Amino acid sequence: MSMEEKQNSQTFQDFSSSVLKPNKEKNIAEIIKHCYKKNIPLEICGSGSKKNIGRNFQSQKTLDLTNYSGIIKYEPEELYIKVKSGTPIKEIKETLEKNNQHLAFEPTDFGPLFEGQTNEGTIGGVLSCNFSGPRRFKVGSARDHILGFKGVNGKGEIIKSGGTVVKNVTGYDLSKVITGSFGTLSVFTEISIKVLPKPDLTKTLVISNPHLKKGLEHLSVALSSSCDPSGAAFYPEFFQDQFTFNDLTTRGSITAIRIEGSKLSIDERIKQLINELDVDKKEISILDPEQSNIFWEKTRSLNVFSNLKDNLLRIIVPGSEAFDLINKLKIYNIKYFIDWGGNLVWLQLDQLNSSILKAIKTIVKNLGGYLTVIKVDESLKASIDIFTIDDVKYKISEKIKKSFDPKRILNPGKMYTGI
Amino acid sequence: MTNLQMPKVDKSILSSKDKITSDLNQILKSENILSHEDEIRPYETDALAAYKQKPLLVVLPETVKQVSEILMYCNENKIKVVPRGAGTGLSGGALPLADCVLLGMGKFNKILEIDYQNKCVVLQPCVTNLAITNAVQDKKFYYAPDPSSQIACSIGGNVAENSGGVHSLKYGATTNNLLGIQVVLMDGTIARFGGKTLDSEGYDLLGLMTGSEGLLGVITEVTVKILKKPEVAKAALIGFSSIEDAGQCVSEIIAKGIIPAGMEIMDKALTKATNDYSKAGYPVDAEAMMIVELDGTETEVSELIKRVEDIAKKNKCSSIKINKSEEERLKFWAGRKAAFPACGDLAPDYMCMDGSIPRGKLAEVLKEIQRLSKKYELPVANAFHAGDGNLHPLIMFNANDPEQLRKTEEFGSEILKYCVKVGGALTGEHGVGIEKRELMCEAFNNTDIKQQIDIKVALDPNSLLNPGKVYPILRKCAEEGRVHVHGGKTKFPDIPRF
Repeated sequence: MSMEEKQNSQTFQDFSSSVLKPNKEKNIAEIIKHCYKKNIPLEICGSGSKKNIGRNFQSQKTLDLTNYSGIIKYEPEELYIKVKSGTPIKEIKETLEKNNQHLAFEPTDFGPLFEGQTNEGTIGGVLSCNFSGPRRFKVGSARDHILGFKGVNGKGEIIKSGGTVVKNVTGYDLSKVITGSFGTLSVFTEISIKVLPKPDLTKTLVISNPHLKKGLEHLSVALSSSCDPSGAAFYPEFFQDQFTFNDLTTRGSITAIRIEGSKLSIDERIKQLINELDVDKKEISILDPEQSNIFWEKTRSLNVFSNLKDNLLRIIVPGSEAFDLINKLKIYNIKYFIDWGGNLVWLQLDQLNSSILKAIKTIVKNLGGYLTVIKVDESLKASIDIFTIDDVKYKISEKIKKSFDPKRILNPGKMYTGI
Repeated sequence: MTNLQMPKVDKSILSSKDKITSDLNQILKSENILSHEDEIRPYETDALAAYKQKPLLVVLPETVKQVSEILMYCNENKIKVVPRGAGTGLSGGALPLADCVLLGMGKFNKILEIDYQNKCVVLQPCVTNLAITNAVQDKKFYYAPDPSSQIACSIGGNVAENSGGVHSLKYGATTNNLLGIQVVLMDGTIARFGGKTLDSEGYDLLGLMTGSEGLLGVITEVTVKILKKPEVAKAALIGFSSIEDAGQCVSEIIAKGIIPAGMEIMDKALTKATNDYSKAGYPVDAEAMMIVELDGTETEVSELIKRVEDIAKKNKCSSIKINKSEEERLKFWAGRKAAFPACGDLAPDYMCMDGSIPRGKLAEVLKEIQRLSKKYELPVANAFHAGDGNLHPLIMFNANDPEQLRKTEEFGSEILKYCVKVGGALTGEHGVGIEKRELMCEAFNNTDIKQQIDIKVALDPNSLLNPGKVYPILRKCAEEGRVHVHGGKTKFPDIPRF
């Protein structure tokens, strides 16, 4: 018996170490069952790329899933891939690339923000946090792409829901509620996720010099047009130096609209879009496929906030409210950029305290939105709420938590106190 | 299923009918409480018409507050409640119980707001699916999910069932086109999940509620997203001399990176039946017929349709026709959309099954269905949403012959079990309801089902909201010998019965 076989065949009884790195599903279940019996709170993590997001909480042990990694089944013609939860996104992307497919929701890469270099994390982490990139408004978020999962609940029981087919309404859609629950309901073990063909080509129409109001109008027109854009972002003037492209012939703020498809179709749609936007030829540049890909990669990985020292908030509002939101926040010292055609604002604040955060939360709530604190000074982190929620939803969430994790041992308090 | 067991009738509730009526009269106008046999008869069944049961009472609330008060009252008095939208469900999800208050949502029928800027519509749950598109089409918008019952089915019912339609591969099912809901829980709590934003804070309770078949809450308001109509849509009508070739063609279209807006396959029996019925110009000699629809800009669609044509030829298609006019395209679809009524012409009754399968397994599954058709001596015709793998075999029978009904149900069960066996699902879009309740054991084990029931119990501890649906009732499961026995242990030792 080889060393590896030996490791695989033994049951996971070594609970002495503070970081547990099982490589089999049954061991994951065993660990959680043990912790359930002994009331041991666990921190659940993958590669740690989003470890800093969420509340600090007390845990005795860490369940690290990076050793539970690998592609179980990939069927390009059935448009799905089934993987173990600790599989790096990078590996999945490389596998899909071979068949010219991709994860259409473009998971946000928080690497540059927290570590100064790319770190896309694991599929389990991406789904647990449900942060999706620029294509979100067109194709949905991570939660719209998960087809099914196997996982372990807070009692150490292996559960499953969904499958590998797109249409499946058998029983409650647990995949949705586990996705975005930050590891507080169950630990993903196997994930089946929808994959889609990569577009042949990408080009980006950039309109320079519009002020925020005009920029948002352009985004709104683009999203309402039949040109079918797949990216729509606005960067104010103070970020202009972050984008130096040969094709970018103008300076100033950037309103960028991505068009994807076959070559003929892209050119036709860009032409149509320019007409619909009613912009002056002098204001526009068109990024070629290569520069276009760089631009959206930078957007997806929050490149303008690389190695950020300050605080960062992720604010989601109905697109119609983005202008009001920025105007109301101008009293603080902010830098921001807008994605998802006006629906998502990444907000950098050089100063943040609990009263400022409270005021911002009220503004966001009144505009029908919500926010997540992504990066904040450790000293402040303990005294603020990272996620927003209303009382009614909190009470219901508490009950849902209990139904999965009755003793609150999975990431207890990572999202909300008491959950 | 023929002798379907439902939760035990609470006789004390039956005998308190007058008191309950007068109590509910404190909440509702008396004309909104129906109790006479003639008044409640229209509510005794939904579109799974083989099952009928009159409820104790029917209530027709007009406000969210009334819904909340009714549920609170029923919860306190342990009265079962069955919610109902338009009653077009095919799995018996709105089948009443003898001791239940049937909560008819029919008066919630208004569109509340059309918000073009945020590309969404806020509406009450009993607005029909098609009415959404009708309300926004003058601005060239539409609502994407299009279940075949869209002219009659309600959006609240669509949310409860997570309805699909023929465009699910490209545009998703209901769950992918929803932004928010207002929902009332069994204890009367009024909650909002989502709103006009993309994604929502905290747990995705919107996602959990969608497709929960009326077991977790009553939907009182819905916000859906609307999409801009594609500039052009073009369809190709393709005939094949074998199912295998058609299946291979589907796989290749997808493998080549094309995502059609719709892709439908019908077998020979159904092609002939629909063509006789609707004169759609179908290739009636073909063993399989496929409609592939592509949408987008003019150039894009012309390019893609050419590629589809090439792929079809490579896969030995026997005929191919591209629509020359919009009228012709609609004619292609008219046949497909008339598939069910066309079957109605072939036999006194038909039962429509709803399994999901991996696209690549189509030929294998259809072969198995043919084998079973011979075994049960019942004709069958097949419609397949090839894009998303949703298979609808239509079993033809005579419901007046109890033996045929029994055989039909067994035949249907065997088909669905086979769908699960090849990696598919018991139900793609019709829901479990009562129809597939006993088959849940095929798809899930004890722990899976227990977890789902724990969620139900967390929100409705007395199991009063739409009980008897979706999850198997233990005794029934055991009686029918459908319980899998592993190591001497039965599958559902500790499941509460509801």
